[in-house]
Amino acid sequence: MKDQDLYNYILGIADNSLILGQRLGELCGHGPNLETDIALTNIALDLFGQTRSYYQYAAKIAGDGRTEDDIAMLRNERDYKNVLLVEQPNTHFGHVIARQFLFDVYHLQLMNALQHSEDEMLVAIARKGVKEVSYHKRFSGDWLKRLGDGTDESKQKIQEAIDHFWPYTDELFDMSDSDKKMAEQGIGVDLTALKDEYYKQISEVLEEATLTIPDNPYSKRGGKQGIHTEHMGYILTELQYMQRTYPNMTW
Amino acid sequence: MSEKEVKNLEAIFEARIARDEKIEPKDWMPEKYRQTHIRQISQHAHSEIVGMLPEGNWITRAPSLRRKAALLAKVQDEAGHGLYLYSATETLGISREELFDQLHSGKAKYSSIFNYPTITWADIGAIGWLVDGAAIINQVALCTTSFGPYARAMVRICKEESFHQRQGYEIMLTLCNGTPEQKAMAQDALNRWWWPSLMMFGPRDADSPHTEQSMKWKLKRKTNDELRQQFVDQTVPQADILGITVPDPDLKFNAETGHYDFGEIDWDEFWQVVKGHGPCNKERMEARVGAWERGSWVREAAMAYAEKQAKKKVAKAS
Ligand SMILES: [Fe+2]
Ligand SMILES: [Fe+2]
Ligand SMILES: [Fe+2]
Repeated sequence: MKDQDLYNYILGIADNSLILGQRLGELCGHGPNLETDIALTNIALDLFGQTRSYYQYAAKIAGDGRTEDDIAMLRNERDYKNVLLVEQPNTHFGHVIARQFLFDVYHLQLMNALQHSEDEMLVAIARKGVKEVSYHKRFSGDWLKRLGDGTDESKQKIQEAIDHFWPYTDELFDMSDSDKKMAEQGIGVDLTALKDEYYKQISEVLEEATLTIPDNPYSKRGGKQGIHTEHMGYILTELQYMQRTYPNMTW
Repeated sequence: MSEKEVKNLEAIFEARIARDEKIEPKDWMPEKYRQTHIRQISQHAHSEIVGMLPEGNWITRAPSLRRKAALLAKVQDEAGHGLYLYSATETLGISREELFDQLHSGKAKYSSIFNYPTITWADIGAIGWLVDGAAIINQVALCTTSFGPYARAMVRICKEESFHQRQGYEIMLTLCNGTPEQKAMAQDALNRWWWPSLMMFGPRDADSPHTEQSMKWKLKRKTNDELRQQFVDQTVPQADILGITVPDPDLKFNAETGHYDFGEIDWDEFWQVVKGHGPCNKERMEARVGAWERGSWVREAAMAYAEKQAKKKVAKAS
């Protein structure tokens, strides 16, 4: 493939949206009330919309006849490059919100920066993405505050969720070889430059939510190298079920 | 109010309905009208949100990203329908909490069709085609019903339901134009969803106690049997286009009446499911009650937070 690095770079971004969308899709109809159900479904829809744009572009770059669905559903686990954070389960609503917020802050930074890419297609996707992800971040941030400054129970639950996911945040700023090459060419984003601002923004909202900023120095990583948690296989089992069971058919 | 005054109000009310005027929440209405509407509109709302479950069951397994997004959007529409309909019911002086209590305790009913399982992808097509199709036939009649908030909600909902129906039919069409295995999947889904879809129109007219009063209030414009016939007449030619067979050996076009004659519904099955013993009644209720209970700390937190914010605002202002 001529543009192998660009292809890898796009998948690295797209896989996060795909897997987080898949997690949110599990929740549809099971939320604490209709309004949150509708809002989380909206977020999932945005993420799948982005996913499709990325994979359609990646399929064009690959130029080997594979479609967006082949790329989304017919890779082996080691070839998915999403961060570990997005594949973590919906243990309870606090986990859903904490995971979402910790991702949304990063995601918005990424979309903002990607608007200045040298690649026109990525610029177009990012422009749309900025609007969508700003809404995601507002939703998760507002809920973080409600749960943090709500009842004793909600505070304890959301704090536990933030503490739980904290070690997964550092991986967001890891740069793969393709990430580095793309950043050098002005196509990709230098993630390391986003890190300080990320933790600054997160800390501000946590403070406003009357929550404690975790000081856990340990981190968990691996997704960006395709080394996932034990959850990933089950996500893919459902995601790939139809394509694997009934190969080469049109749906 | 004296008996005479009530009689007078009732006469004015009946005359308004006869003139096709809309009844609004603040208008005087007979208590029975109010109760019947609470029952029917909330039952409809419950059906929308319980209906999210069998379809939501396939979101993570949808065969393509396009289908996944369309299914998510559809299930989200159903949540929206639930929301408008609960709001319409609330205008009659009952809270959403009470309505949920009625659903969770089994006091309120919801459409029995959602007590059947979705076991293949073709079921998602069949539901859109048949179940949304049957719902539209029931609901188009309600767009001109006498209670204003219900009629207006129905207009909005019907538009989205016809979109769902087309989408479901398109899933079926894709399957039927696909491999033999896909076509068999479509046929199997039709076999399982056909009769339950006919049951969606309710008991035969002879066994339908509320029909007369509901017709009078324009809460019903056509009887169960008329609507069911309309559904059969509309749907059989669509099955022909798909090239799959409606599972009814007695189904036959009657040139004299211009309608399809069709076989007898298994009314024992109908009543079994209505009474709570269908394939998934228990699972659907457990899912609804479970979501509500698991969400209680979240709703409490949101309320506590809103109160704190309101207090802060007051403190700032004074
Ligand atoms: Fe609906
Ligand atoms: Fe409906
Ligand atoms: Fe629908």
